[in-house]
Amino acid sequence: MVTADAGTTRLEAELAALAGSVPDPELPVLTLGELGVVRGVRMHEDGHAEVTLTPTYTGCPAIEAMSADIERALTGHGIPEVRVTTVLAPAWSTDDISAEGRRKLAEFGIAPPRPHAAGGPVPLTLSVRCPNCGSTDTELLSRFSSTACKALRRCTACREPFDHFKEL
Amino acid sequence: MTGTDTTDTARLTGATAAAALALGDDALILSHRLGEWAGHAPVLEEEVALANIALDLLGQARILLSLVGDEDELAFLREERSFRNLQLVEQPNGDFAHTIARQLYFSFYQHEVYGELARGDGPFAPLAAKAVKETAYHRDHAEQWTLRLGDGTEESRSRMRAALDALWKFTGEMFQPVDGLDGLDPAALEQRWLAALTGVLDRAGLDLPQGPRTGAWAAGAGRQGLHTESFGRMVAEMQHLHRSHPGASW
Repeated sequence: MVTADAGTTRLEAELAALAGSVPDPELPVLTLGELGVVRGVRMHEDGHAEVTLTPTYTGCPAIEAMSADIERALTGHGIPEVRVTTVLAPAWSTDDISAEGRRKLAEFGIAPPRPHAAGGPVPLTLSVRCPNCGSTDTELLSRFSSTACKALRRCTACREPFDHFKEL
Repeated sequence: MTGTDTTDTARLTGATAAAALALGDDALILSHRLGEWAGHAPVLEEEVALANIALDLLGQARILLSLVGDEDELAFLREERSFRNLQLVEQPNGDFAHTIARQLYFSFYQHEVYGELARGDGPFAPLAAKAVKETAYHRDHAEQWTLRLGDGTEESRSRMRAALDALWKFTGEMFQPVDGLDGLDPAALEQRWLAALTGVLDRAGLDLPQGPRTGAWAAGAGRQGLHTESFGRMVAEMQHLHRSHPGASW
């Protein structure tokens, strides 16, 4: 989530909003802001903008495409030099996905992550709703799917397989 | 990574650097082994699962090796004797049961280690806090397969038992003290690991393997740079592209 703290200038807030509006390279229905991976933008005295980004998974290959897309968006806005820095702490969690992001995921056919207590065990008890027919009668096919952040499930009501943005 | 700087990767030195190398090499080597399943896994879902686990491990390895030096140089230009990974993670994939037994032993260990490091405030805490959430899924994957194979057919049970027995001798090394990870109590770690493992094996209808796990032949061998025979071939394959075409990129 992009939060404007007290030390943020108007330009920085504007650039953070711009960086947050960049679509996710793997889930283009979501913006990076909705995904909750843009941590902030800071203008340095030498005129370069530093964008801090946090990865969803440590090995997520999309982080490089995200960096390039953010650089392109900000340089297109007239910022001569943009540096994207990745930070690990505090660790990203699926709880950082905004309500709007969750709504878009479901609309796109991906079951959004269930909320969970940080540091708790992998939640397997709460049911996952089928994004196609809305049934809660769904089963896990594999904890791993087409990208690091998703699990593969099947709806036992409408029989459609679907991706579930798994809790992290 | 072009265009991407990393702030929280100020280089480490001394014992802490050695610890980063040990943990990073574990992740790198197991990642490579799991990657060898691409195109060979028994079902498509498993191919995807093993590749996903490999990807998580590779991400962890990149961060850990970058704490020590240039990640590419460390991965592709070191000689076999300079790698500090556990002998367990370099063991060949074998049949699917061997891969699962290796995952079971290692992911339970790695999850405990990251959990412990995440609770501290050392240089590994940011990575560990992130990675421990990933390894929870790796552990769960290994556990589910152990239950399925152990409690499956006669064939699957005997293969799982054989795999657990064959890799058992490599598990003692995980609980040798590692310089730079002084906050970790190897004996306590081992107890938690054994308790968790015993629980899973019990539910799978399998016995905890018997036999020595440490000894003169194996005392911390991988961490000292001594590796088993198949490791040389694995490293050769892992490094040949970079060595043949220095600086090659996609």
